[in-house]
Formats: sequence, C-alpha cells, structure tokens
Amino acid sequence: MNAITFYIAAVIAVVTSLLVITRKSAVHALLYLALSLIAIAVIFYDLDAPFIAALEVIIYAGSIIVLFIFVVMMLNLGKRAVQAEAKLLEPRMWIGPIILAAILLGEIAYLLVTGNTGALAAHTISPREVGMALYGPYLVGVELSSMLLLAALVGAYHLGSQKRPYPETQDGSGEHTTGADAGRNSVRTGTSRPAGAA
Amino acid sequence: MLAGILFALGLAGLLVRRNLIFILMSIEIMLNAAGLAFVAAGARWGRADGQVMFIFILAMAASEVSVGLALVLQLYRQNKSLDTDMTSEMRG
Repeated sequence: MNAITFYIAAVIAVVTSLLVITRKSAVHALLYLALSLIAIAVIFYDLDAPFIAALEVIIYAGSIIVLFIFVVMMLNLGKRAVQAEAKLLEPRMWIGPIILAAILLGEIAYLLVTGNTGALAAHTISPREVGMALYGPYLVGVELSSMLLLAALVGAYHLGSQKRPYPETQDGSGEHTTGADAGRNSVRTGTSRPAGAA
Repeated sequence: MLAGILFALGLAGLLVRRNLIFILMSIEIMLNAAGLAFVAAGARWGRADGQVMFIFILAMAASEVSVGLALVLQLYRQNKSLDTDMTSEMRG
C-alpha cells in the first residue's frame, strides 16, 4: 500500500534533483534542493525510520539549506540578483515547487492518518535501538565525528573570518596584526573592503 | 536503485556545472543518496547500523558544507567569481 507513496516520493526526489542541477539561479536550485531533501525524508518515513526522517528535515532541510541561503545572500551577485529576485516573485516561479510540495504534504497526511508505515521494512527500528548501537559498537565513530565537527567549526571560523593580512600587505599596512585580533578587527571593517581590493 | 539514480544525478551535476554553489549542492545530493542506500539496507535487514551510518553521514555533510561554504566565500572575495575555471589559476 505505501509502496505507492514510496514511489511517488522517489519520483519527486529524482525530479527535484534534476531540477536542482539544471536551474540557472542558485535560489531556485536551493528551493528544489530543499524539496528533494524533504522527499527523501518522506522516503525514510516510508522505510520505517521516522527518527532519521526527522533528523533529515531538521539538519538538512533546516540548517544546511539555511547555510546555503545565507551564503547566497552574502555573495549577493549585484544587479543580476535583483532581477532574479524580481522574477522570483512572479507566481510562475512558485508553481513547480508548490505542486511538488503539495504532493508530499498529501503523502505525509495520508501516512499519518492511515498510520501504516513500514511495509517496506522488516520491522520498525526505534530510536532507542539506534542509540544503543550508536553508543555501543560505534562509540569510536561518535568520538571521531565529534572531532570532525570541532575541526569543521574551527576551520569554518578561520576561513570565514575576513582577510588574513597577506592580501593587503602590498602596502605593508596590516602586516603585524596577526591571529585572532586581525580576524576580529577585519570582520567589522571588512564588509566594505572587497570592492576596493579587487 | 533510487539511491543510484540520485547519486548519478549528483555526479552529473558535479561534472556539468561550473558554479561552486551548484557543485556543493550536487555533493549534498550525492551524500543524501549514500545515506538513503544505508538506511534502505538497514531497513531491509532490520538492523540499526544503517541509521547509525546515516547519522555519521549527516555529521560529515554538515561539517563539509560549513567548511565548503567558508571556502566559497573566501574564493569569491578574491576572485569576484564563483567559476571553478578561474580558481584553476590559483597560485601562491
């Protein structure tokens, strides 16, 4: 019965992924990417992994998409972006995502009302089981991923802080401001600088 | 099979597009496909390992995207472009 919902969600995931890699504007692609992630979340729900479905929506569709949107906003490609934004407000742009999202919403409502998930799975894997496995045999993996996340945090901070001294040391001005101080000072002043630095 | 299709799409996007943002999105799609394969396998044999692996993939994808986007910002500040072909001219 819910093999049907699985296939619908699968088709939506494939179509939206295809649309992601064929859009010209990054914002449209992001819209479709979010839909693709939500479709995959529905697939997870069909596969009787509601915990994973929730994680997918929260982390992927929540934080990662927001991260992408922030970066697209910060890059702010000028006049072209303004035109794209104006085009984005036309209803024609919203039709596709709205239809696909409505189909997914209908599927979720159907699954929640009928409550028959897991026809595709052997048995339901509860979050408790996942937790036991995670902190049992996979404890080393948890530690490793925590180190990975810490490294990513530090790395993203370091890369994201504006202007290490060297791009503007041709005139020798910012040479001996080093380390965290340089990063912190130029975060504030740096937003207006790249226009002149280019 | 769906995971395979999604992975192929992500790979195609990675190869075809020349915009760094799109390349990162394609990587997301590919990671998702891999996670989907893990979860489907875990559901097929009724083991929790697949979901554990998906959680690891999730953590890795999050960190990868944050670092990748920071790199994109940095490259954009230097090059005024997101084209990967311009990045190939990078030298110390």
